[in-house]
Order: sequence, then structure tokens, then C-alpha cells
Amino acid sequence: MHIVICIKQVPDSAQIRVHPVTNTIMRQGVPTIINPYDLFALEEALKLRGAHGGEVTVLTMGPPMAEDALRKALTYGADRAVLLTDRCFAGSDTLATSFALSRAIVRIAETFGAPDIVFAGKQTIDGDTAQVGPGIAKRLGLLQFTYVAKIDSIDVDAREITVKRRSEGGTQMLKSRLPCLITMLEGTNEIRRGSLDDAMRAARSQIVKWSAAEAGIEDLNKCGLRGSPTVVKRVFAPTTKAEKATQIDMTDKTQHDLADELIAAIFTRQPALEHELAFDGGQ
Amino acid sequence: MSNANREAPPSAGRAGIKRELPEHFRDYRHVWVFIELERGEVHPVSFELLGEGRKLADKLGIQLAGIVLGPPCEATQHAVAEAFAYGADLVYLVEAPLLADYRNEPFTKAMTDLVNTHKPEILLLGATTLGRDLAGSVATTLLTGLTADCTELDVDVDGSLAATRPTFGGSLLCTIYTLNYRPQMATVRPRVMAMPPRTDKPVGRVIRHKLSMTEEEIITKVLGFNLDRQSAKANLAYADIVVAGGLGLGSAENLQLVKNLARAIGAEYGCSRPLVQKGWMPADRQVGQTGKTIRPKLYIAAGISGAIQHRVGVEGADLIVAINTDPNAPIFEFAHLGIVTDAIRFLPALTEAFTRRLSPHSHDKLAS
Repeated sequence: MHIVICIKQVPDSAQIRVHPVTNTIMRQGVPTIINPYDLFALEEALKLRGAHGGEVTVLTMGPPMAEDALRKALTYGADRAVLLTDRCFAGSDTLATSFALSRAIVRIAETFGAPDIVFAGKQTIDGDTAQVGPGIAKRLGLLQFTYVAKIDSIDVDAREITVKRRSEGGTQMLKSRLPCLITMLEGTNEIRRGSLDDAMRAARSQIVKWSAAEAGIEDLNKCGLRGSPTVVKRVFAPTTKAEKATQIDMTDKTQHDLADELIAAIFTRQPALEHELAFDGGQ
Repeated sequence: MSNANREAPPSAGRAGIKRELPEHFRDYRHVWVFIELERGEVHPVSFELLGEGRKLADKLGIQLAGIVLGPPCEATQHAVAEAFAYGADLVYLVEAPLLADYRNEPFTKAMTDLVNTHKPEILLLGATTLGRDLAGSVATTLLTGLTADCTELDVDVDGSLAATRPTFGGSLLCTIYTLNYRPQMATVRPRVMAMPPRTDKPVGRVIRHKLSMTEEEIITKVLGFNLDRQSAKANLAYADIVVAGGLGLGSAENLQLVKNLARAIGAEYGCSRPLVQKGWMPADRQVGQTGKTIRPKLYIAAGISGAIQHRVGVEGADLIVAINTDPNAPIFEFAHLGIVTDAIRFLPALTEAFTRRLSPHSHDKLAS
């Protein structure tokens, strides 16, 4: 089977710094990683290839430096990497991003064979929208399963798939057909350590690089800022509250005194709590 | 390259261009709120959204509608009645057996048909597993803008929806507009908005719409549903008291101190994002913008520094208590009560003090 997995290179969010005066992101020197949620999808893709045979193609859209993320994906064992990169994609929102990626997947299908499954991470850690996966599915007319906790079975010949999908109060068990798009829930598997062979291969691999034209994208009005219905009008730091926390004075107090004092302060501010706690707590 | 991921545009940038709404969008009116009905229950986020939708509709001088998609049954009728009780002026109802369980195909079809027929100006959905699955499909089908996980919704002077959300992993906020497309879509996480008051009201105008789809056309079949075990179900978002731990606890083992305090006072426990990333706690216990947004009466944060993405997830708490060794930790900027001390030493003392104070024995003494 042929599996396509969409990944994104993101700044390591723990290290993002905001310029104190201009309120812009200081990207210089910030290390980048594969969006952590995507790794669960990548591992699932590699597992399926192990069980059913076939190929795993990794796809990303981004600046030329996104090649690093693709090479990293190759070290885990992906067979092929495609970078969709073009100035015209700059400023894409989720709708424009799903358009570009879906066209690239069509071109991948023409070039390397039609995918049976397209994977994506649950969401990214920088945008956190969880919209691009469903967007790609809709544009390609694929069946869509988000928040998948487990792929129970796949019958490649019968084109059948059963999955467990996370819902608010439990787990849905769904039976459907290939091809489909799946976004994997986090914590559903553990990403393998790539083999030395894969690492060597990744270093030597040619990454397939496509511009918009090479990916068969003709309508540039659907790309980048022009293709994005949403507009970011203002970026700002949250206002700081004038009032800071009232500090409990620590001087000459034991932890036990402090605890009693804190509890007294809590109940002074929220008198109703003491009553509720006496009934609900302490069990 | 999601919408949150664009570089900050200069103030006179593209957003400064004059808005010219295309002719065919000009008759889009009214605010719609998707009433999320799953397995007979309305998700509370739907009521929170009706509260926000009411404010937007009043500012714009238009109507607020609830959208109910469900099977023909009592629960669906109840959802309709509740939509009115929480402030809807009217309800659009698609009642069909195919809508018994959530599946992307029939729900997307029902919602997009409704939008194309009745043309709302604004469409709000809860950012739940169901709402996000549906919103992404609907927005792509309609080719309109969708802003995820908003923390504030307002109306601009020209009547546009101003949707504010954290961006760049929660280090900044940004306000996003959908200028030339309709409807303007947004999702909001549970508990981000306050629950509006409920008032008994007669069921008002219900506009029914047929689902033009048959079971044969739907490829995906539901084989079953496993309810979460009650014990495993962390009802963090709606808990009255929450205790959470952060990196200041130093080790996964020390999270037991958080759990002990939580048990002593009948609280739910949680953690900050880095702990989930370290694998110290499962993701459904994460408190913050990308985890659960909480609005408890009391929130105790132990060893949590208070990054913005955490802050926006807990700001709705009535009382925030912060315990941190660093007096300059950002959490003291928005906590109400602070103690500069080591949570590892302080949590056991606090647990013991609460237990002493709340034990039935001490209450007897107080009563006598």
C-alpha cells in the first residue's frame, strides 16, 4: 500500500521568544523540530507498511529549510520525501494550505501511485488549529477520521478499514473504506529509533522539491495570502493585570503555619468553598 | 502555515484594505450556534457559545439561531428547548435517523446545506473532537475562513467578526478577520466562555430542514461506542476545584503530591504542557490553551511558571493560588494568592492542613 503522511516543521515552542518592544516572534536561532503530533502519524504509517508492505511518502509545505524535517522523517524509515516550496505559498491560512497540500498529493498520486491512506498529525504545536487534515480530506474527497486512537484492521484488497476514534465521552468504532485521511491522536504509539541504514540513506536521499507549477498548481489565487479568507489584523501581547498576586508572608514560618494561613486566605476570599469542601472533600 | 502562523503584518498591511464584501454574500445574516448533541446529551460548550452568540447578535442587531442536528427522538427535542432556554431566537432543525451517531459525512452535508439555504453571517462551533472534525470539513466545503480556538469574540466597527486567539504556541494573541467570505466561522474551546444564565422559555420558531442523504450514500458505519469508564474520565474542564503540577515538581513521582492534595479536597488534578511532553501525565490531564480550559472556583498551581498558553486556560478561575520558588514567575502576575516556596515541601503540609480542617471530627468540634 502507498501511504502519504503530511508533516510540518515547527519552531521548538519551548524556545520561542517574543521581542519585548515590537511584539514579533524572534525566529533567529530558534531550533526547529517535526511537529510532535506528526510523529504519531509517521510511526503509524511505518507500522502499517511493516504489516502490509508498500511505501511511505512524507510531504511537507514550507520554506527550503523545511528539508531538514523531511530528512529527519527519512531517518525514521520513510521511503520518499516531497517538499512543496514556493514564495507564492507565503501567508497561507488553513484553507490555502489544504489546497496546496491536496494538489501536491494529487501530483504524488500521478507520479508515485495513488495513496491508500493520507495521514496527518492531530494538530500542530504552533498553529493548534487541527483544520488542515479535514481540509485536505474534503478537497480530495477522502473519508475522514480525526482523533484516531487505534487502527483496528485494514484489508487492502477489500478496501476496508476499521478504526477507534476518540470522541468526547468515549470511543467510537467505525468501519469505512480506503482511501481515507486519518489524523492520529497523541500517545497512541511510540516513535521508533531509526536504523543506521535509514540514517545513511536519509543523508544521501534526494528530496523531491516541487514549486507550485511543478506540483500542477495553476490557480495562484488559491495560494498564500490571496487564497486565504482569513486575515490576521493584529498581533499583541496579552494585557498584564494591574493587580499581582497577594503574597503570603513567609518570614519565620513553618510549612505548616504557611499552609494554615493559605487555607484561611482561601476561605476568606471564597467563603462558600469551606462549606462545599466539608461535604465533598476529605474522602 | 495555519492562520495563526503568519508573521505579524504591518499595521497598514493587507488588513488595512477596504472591505468590499462580494454581492452574493451581502444577504448573509444572523448568528448561528451549532448545538452539539452527542449520544443524547448537549455538550455544555453549546450553551457557552449561545451566551457569546447572543452578545454578537445584539451588537449587530440581528438574530441568534441554534442549529440542532439529531435523530427523531426526545433528546433532540430537548436540545431544541434548551437552545431557546439559553437565548436562541430561533432554531434550525435537521431531524433524521442518519444523524443518530456523529459521522463526518451526514453532519457535513446537513450543515453545509443549511448554510447554503439560510445564509448565516457568523457560525460558531465548540472546539471539541466533534466540533473540530465538523468545522474543518464545513469551512473547506464552503471555502470560507475558520478561526480555531478563539478566546474572545467581538464585532468590529464595520460589523466584521473579530476573533481573537493565542498564537505562536500561546506566546501572543492575534485578532483574525474573515473579510470577504461568509459565513465567518469560529470555534471556541469548552469553558473559555462563561455559562450564560438559563431561563425557562417557550419553544419559539423552529425551521425544519430535510437531510437529502440516504444511509446507502454514507460509506462509514458505526460499529459501536465504548463509554469512558467513569473513573478514567477526567472531568477537568467542569471541575469546581483543580490542583495542577508543573516542572517545578522535579519528577514524575512527585506528581503524587498533587494527586494526594486533590483527593483530600475532592478536586480534579492536572498538569502543565511540559509534563505531558515529558510523558509524566496523559494528555487529557493537561491544563492550558492546548489542553483543557478550566473555570473552577479554586485553582491551585504547584510549580507551574505560568506561560501565556497556560494562563489563557486558567484565567476564568474564581481564585488562583500559585506556589512557586521563583518570585518572578509569570504566574504571580495573574494568580490571586501566591506563596514563594518549594511545592515539593509545601504540598504535603497543605494536604495535611486541609485534611485536619475538613475532617468530620474537627467539624464536630466547631459545631459544639
